[in-house]
Amino acid sequence: MAASLNNDDIIEELKLRREPAWSLSDHPNLIRAASVTVFLALWEIYGRRTDPLLLTYPTAVLRAALQLIWSGELLRQLLVSLASLAAGFGASLVLGVGLGLMMGRSRLAEAALEPHVNGLYATPQVALTPLLMMWFGLGFSVKVVIIFLFAFFPILINTASGVKNVSASMVEVGRAYMASERQVLLKVVFPAALPFIMAGVRLAVGRGLVGMIVAELFTAITGLGAMLTLYGNLFETAKMFVVIIVLGLLGVGLIQATQWLERRMARWKETERATQ
Amino acid sequence: MALNALEQEALTALDLSRPRPLRLTDHLGLLRASSVVLFLILWEVFGRRVNPLFLSYPTAIANACAQLLASGEFQRQALGSLQVYAVGLGAALVLGIFLGLLMGRYRLAEYLLDPYVYALDATPRVALIPLLLLWFGLGAQAKIAVVFLSGIFPVLMNTFSGVRTVSSGLVDIGKAYGAGERQVFTKIILPAALPFIMAGVRLAVGRALIGIITAEMFTAVTGMGALLIRYSSAFATDKFFVPVIFLALLGVLLSVAVEALQKRLAPWKETERAL
Amino acid sequence: MLQVRHLSKVFFEQNDPRKPGLVALYDISLSVRKNEFVSLLGPSGCGKTTLIRIVAGLLPADRGEVLVNGKPVTSPGRERCMVFQQFGLLPWRTVLGNVEFGLEIEGVAREERREVSRKYLDLVGLKGFEDYYPHQISGGMQQRVGIARALSKKPDILLMDEPFGAVDAQTREQLQEELLKIWAKTDTTVIFVTHSIDESIYLSDRVVVMHSRPGCIKEEVVVDLPRPRWEGDIKADPRFAQLRARIRESLRA
Repeated sequence: MAASLNNDDIIEELKLRREPAWSLSDHPNLIRAASVTVFLALWEIYGRRTDPLLLTYPTAVLRAALQLIWSGELLRQLLVSLASLAAGFGASLVLGVGLGLMMGRSRLAEAALEPHVNGLYATPQVALTPLLMMWFGLGFSVKVVIIFLFAFFPILINTASGVKNVSASMVEVGRAYMASERQVLLKVVFPAALPFIMAGVRLAVGRGLVGMIVAELFTAITGLGAMLTLYGNLFETAKMFVVIIVLGLLGVGLIQATQWLERRMARWKETERATQ
Repeated sequence: MALNALEQEALTALDLSRPRPLRLTDHLGLLRASSVVLFLILWEVFGRRVNPLFLSYPTAIANACAQLLASGEFQRQALGSLQVYAVGLGAALVLGIFLGLLMGRYRLAEYLLDPYVYALDATPRVALIPLLLLWFGLGAQAKIAVVFLSGIFPVLMNTFSGVRTVSSGLVDIGKAYGAGERQVFTKIILPAALPFIMAGVRLAVGRALIGIITAEMFTAVTGMGALLIRYSSAFATDKFFVPVIFLALLGVLLSVAVEALQKRLAPWKETERAL
Repeated sequence: MLQVRHLSKVFFEQNDPRKPGLVALYDISLSVRKNEFVSLLGPSGCGKTTLIRIVAGLLPADRGEVLVNGKPVTSPGRERCMVFQQFGLLPWRTVLGNVEFGLEIEGVAREERREVSRKYLDLVGLKGFEDYYPHQISGGMQQRVGIARALSKKPDILLMDEPFGAVDAQTREQLQEELLKIWAKTDTTVIFVTHSIDESIYLSDRVVVMHSRPGCIKEEVVVDLPRPRWEGDIKADPRFAQLRARIRESLRA
C-alpha cells in the first residue's frame, strides 16, 4: 500500500462517497416545528369553539400576555416572587452548606442532627405549609420560610455526603502541609465537595421554585402564584396560561444557570475519573 | 485479624494498660437516641407553655392521634387519598414507561413529542393545579390529573435515557442471535433500561405524593391535604400533626418499598443515579 | 538530625476500638544523619508507611518518640515534607496551584510563592505545564508536581512514601535518576519508603530492612556504591548484585 494513501483516498477508491439518502430523521427540528405548529393550529381552532371560561387558545394567550406586560402587572409580580425566592434560597444555601460541612466533618454533629434532618426530609414539606402560615402569617416572611424549607434539605444532604466523600488522604495532604482545621475546611474539603454541593443546589433551585409557587398559591396575595389563584377564580384561563409559561421559563432559566455554574466550577472534574 | 504469638509478646511488653480512653464517638447510637429524646422533652415542656393554638406538644399529638383513629374519620380520608394516589400514579407509570420506551427507540417519536415533554417537565407542576381544578372540578378527577402529571415526567425521562444508554453492542448481540425487533425490545432493551426506569419510579413516587397533598390542600374537600387545611384553619394544632406524621411515614414506606423492588428487579446493577 | 527511639504503634479493630488488631511497629529505633538518603524496605504490612507517617507527625505513636534536631515530633512541621504514594494532588488546582499549596498555607505572599513554585517546577522539568490540571498530565508528571510541592518548602527532611509505586517501570527509573540529581543539588535528608530492592539500593546510602507482625527493623545495610550513580550502568556492578542478594536473603529469612 502506498504510504501516501490517506482516508480520503481510500474512501474515493472504494467509491464510498455518495450522497446519503434524504431521511426525515436527519431533520429533527423540522419534525419538532411541524409537531408544534400542528398542535398550536389545532388548539387555536378547537379552543375558539369551546367555552372561553374553560379553554383558551394561543392567540388569546398572546393577547393576554401583551396586556399583562403592558400594564406592568406581570413584571411587578415577577419581581415580588423573585425577591422571596432569592431570600429563601439564599438562606437555605448559607445554612445548608454551613450545617452540611459541620455534619460531614464531625461525626458527633452528624449523630446529633441526623435523626431530625431525616425526619423532616421524609415529611413532604408541602404538608407543613398550613402550619407555617399559622405561624408566620400570609406575608413575605412566610414565603421566605416555605422556600427555605423546600430548598434547604437537598443542599444540606448533598453537602454532608460530599464532605464525607472527601478522601481521608486528601485531608491528610492538607495536614501534612500544616494546614489548620479552618484551612483544611476551606482549601481542601470545600473545593473537593463542591461538585456534590452544586448538584444539591441544582435540585434545590427547582424545589425552591415549587415552594415559592405553593406559598403564593395558598397565601394568594402577591406574586406569580397569587396571580394564578386570582385568575383561576376569575376564570381567566388565558392569563393563567401566561403565568404558567412565565413560571416554566423561569424554571428553565434557573436550572440552565445552575448547570452552567456547575460546569464552570467543576472543570477540573471532567475527566478526573479517567486517571484513577 | 488475630494477633500472632510475636505480636502478643510485643503487646504484653508494651503494656498498653490504658488501651484507649472511651470517646463519645464510640457511642454514636446513644447520641442519636438522646438527641431525639431531648428534642421531644424540650418540645413537650416548651409546647405546654405556649398557646395551644400555635404549638402543640408530643403527648397532645399522641392523644389526638388516638382520638382520630378511634372515630374512623382519619382512616376514611387516608383511604380516599390513597385511592386517588394509586390511580394517578399507576397511570403515570404505565404511560411514562410506554412513552419513554417509544421515544427512546424511535427518533421520529422523540422529535414529535420532545418539545411538549421538555416544556411540561420544565414547568413546575404545582403551577398547573389551579388550571386543572378549573377543568376537572374539585373531585377525584382533578386530583388524579395532578398526581398523574406530577409522576409521569421522572419516569418518562428516566426510561428515555435508559433506552438511549443501552449500548449498541448489546443490541448487536441480540441481532447476532437472530432476535427480531420485538425480541430486541423485550429481551435486551427493557432489562438493560430497567435500573433507569426504577430510578424514575422512585422519583415519581415521591413527586406524586407531593402532588396529591398539594391538590387536596387546594381543593380542601377530602383527603389528607383537606384534613391539613381543616385542622390548621380550626387552629387544632395537635390534630394537624397527625396527617403530617402519617404522610412522613407513608413517604418513608413508599421509598423503602421502591428500593426493595429496585433491588429485586435489577439486582445486577447498583442503583442508578437519579436524574 | 533525625532520631527514632523505641517507637511502637498498635492498631485497633475498627468495630471494637479496644481490641488490638495489629502491632504495626514494635520498638523501632533508628537514627539518620544530615544529608543521608535512607530507604525503608519491607513487604506490605511491615509498618514502613506507618513509621514514615509517625515521623511526618500525621499519626501519634503509642510508645517511644521521634526527635528532629533534638525536638520531639508531635505534629507536622515545616522542616519535614511529605511526598505521597498516590501523589496527593488537589485535582481542582492547576499544576502551579498545587505546588503553591504548601507556601500558601504558610501565608507566603502570592507573588513570592508563584516565583518560588515556578523555580521548583523548572527544577523537576515541568516548565510550561503550569496551567494544566492534574488529570491532564501523566502519573509520572503528577509525582514531579508532588516533589516540587515538597521541595518548595525547603524541608530539612524529605519524607517519601512509595512515591514511584504508582507509575510504570520505565517512568520509574527515570524518576529515580532525576530524584538523585535533585537531591545532589539540594541538601536534604531523604527517608524513602519502598518495597523494591533495586530501587532502595540504587537510591540510598543505607537500606533499613523491616519485617512484619510485629513491624520491626531486621537489619540495616550500608550501600557503599560510589556516587553519582546515574553515570554508567550501576545496576550491572557486581557490588550491586551482592547487595541485592544480601537484602533479598534478609527479607526472606
